[in-house]
Amino acid sequence: MHKPFPKLWLWQLLLAALMFGLWWALTAGNILPPFFFGEPLKVVERVFAWFSSGAIWEHIGITLLETALAFAIGTLLGLGFGLWLALSPTASALADPYIKAANAMPRVVLAPIFAVWFGLGIWSKVALGVTLVFFIVFFNVFQGIREVSPVLIANARMLGASRRQLLSHIYLPSATAWVFSSLHTSVGMAFVGAVVGEYLGSSRGVGYLILQAEGAFDINTVFAGILVLTGFALLLDALVSFAEKRLLKWQPQHTERAGN
Amino acid sequence: MSLPKQPKEAAASGAALDFRAVTVRFPPRQKGDKAFTAVREATLTVGAGEFVSVVGPTGCGKSTLLNVAAGLHRPAGGEIKIFGHVLQGLNRQAGYMFQADALLPWKTAFENVILGLQFRGMAEQEAADLGNYWLMKVGLGHAGDRYPHQLSGGMRKRVALAQTLIVDPKILLMDEPFSALDIQTRQLMENELLALWQADRKSVLFITHDLEEAISLSDRVVVLSAGPETRPIGDFQIGLPRPRDVAEVRLTPAFLELHERIWHAMREEVLKGYAQTLS
Ligand SMILES: Nc1ncnc2c1ncn2[C@@H]1O[C@H](COP(=O)(O)OP(=O)(O)OP(=O)(O)O)[C@@H](O)[C@H]1O
Ligand SMILES: [Mg+2]
Repeated sequence: MHKPFPKLWLWQLLLAALMFGLWWALTAGNILPPFFFGEPLKVVERVFAWFSSGAIWEHIGITLLETALAFAIGTLLGLGFGLWLALSPTASALADPYIKAANAMPRVVLAPIFAVWFGLGIWSKVALGVTLVFFIVFFNVFQGIREVSPVLIANARMLGASRRQLLSHIYLPSATAWVFSSLHTSVGMAFVGAVVGEYLGSSRGVGYLILQAEGAFDINTVFAGILVLTGFALLLDALVSFAEKRLLKWQPQHTERAGN
Repeated sequence: MSLPKQPKEAAASGAALDFRAVTVRFPPRQKGDKAFTAVREATLTVGAGEFVSVVGPTGCGKSTLLNVAAGLHRPAGGEIKIFGHVLQGLNRQAGYMFQADALLPWKTAFENVILGLQFRGMAEQEAADLGNYWLMKVGLGHAGDRYPHQLSGGMRKRVALAQTLIVDPKILLMDEPFSALDIQTRQLMENELLALWQADRKSVLFITHDLEEAISLSDRVVVLSAGPETRPIGDFQIGLPRPRDVAEVRLTPAFLELHERIWHAMREEVLKGYAQTLS
């Protein structure tokens, strides 16, 4: 990667400060009504209070737990079903219209149903996240398995691989690579599922904080909640990048060896 | 082992590979098109312990023939016998070095080399020893823990060679194995292959587009016609003395004379094949 200009992060930070400044100027000068647009200083104050009192951690913990569970369960299910359907043409032909229908359906409308099924605790949020994660992983694995180079398979078969060995040495690693390529999206979706689930009905979690503040017309707290969510979304994304680097060390980096 | 020796010997009699009027078709790309006949009634044998090269214009059906010999592609007509037995399913006696890259990208060079041993359930330590031995043998003792994308094209070919030979197949199917190598490495590898072959006389079906390589390595060179419906149109015995050095043998008058004769037979087909790729 070439650098557009030196000290990029400094400029990026400056840009953020500039935006906050603009926000502050507009709302303090009453050009935008603070009742609807919040006041940046109070928002920051609120975030600071949350962390200094430690009250926020319980909510963040719940949201992250829901995210992690939704991600793990959705990924495992997607991997399993993806492998199964990709390797069994009859099953995939049979399931095809249903999968398409289920994927086309806006899954957020399932949230009330999950609330009825699983209650207002974490599991209804996990379920919503799972429905979002599952399809991303499923389609990636399915496509990935279908696109495994036939030469790799022929070569392994000539070397004496049984069907099971083909699965464990070729299909599974290949599918895992595709799961990783969609990791950013699927972790993001697990997070979305958790927060949206909380927002639609819960008693804990960052989504709940936002819901409550909104009910009280406390726009500053809503913004503070959004700020915290964004921060943790970025953190999760960085974590994924880190895991990706460790686990996919067999893959060429984008910058090296494009020609071979 | 108390197996009676006689029947086993009898079963092992006959040519290593025996193509009998083999026809290969590919299904039409669209409905209404005719099926594409890549190979038509090709008859070709590779004797036990023989080194046979196949040359022919690009796209004529060389790789297709190898796929048939490997049992990866069923011929539409004719049959192929392996040591006297009609081939059904995969050819378990053959090792196949593919033209395209076939290393598993998520395994290191070492792990790729021992893959066939793993599939056979060999003990880990034994497999590791054999793997290291073969890595050394192809000159990659230092690169065992690198992934394929960290190897040069030539190094990858050498890993593939070790991967194929480590399981000690009786028949060796090789599809342009050295065409990606520079001339020095290539001649080293060719000499190495000849030495290995001389040691235990595998039956080799070797595909190349390089006539000089074919002559310097083989007992026989078979020329294929331009496709479609390719078939052998020439079969030349190479009587050059062994052991050979592939670089030196090219300078002998006998070599030049053979080259002249085979090239004469090939030239027309090569031009035909080239004209087809243009149209
Ligand atoms: N799976 C396939 N489906 C349809 N046609 C095929 C298929 N595989 C090969 N062919 C056709 O069969 C012919 C022979 O192909 P093949 O790969 O055997 O050629 P080749 O002699 O190995 O060529 P090269 O020297 O370039 O490797 C070609 O015309 C090719 O287009
Ligand atoms: Mg070929």
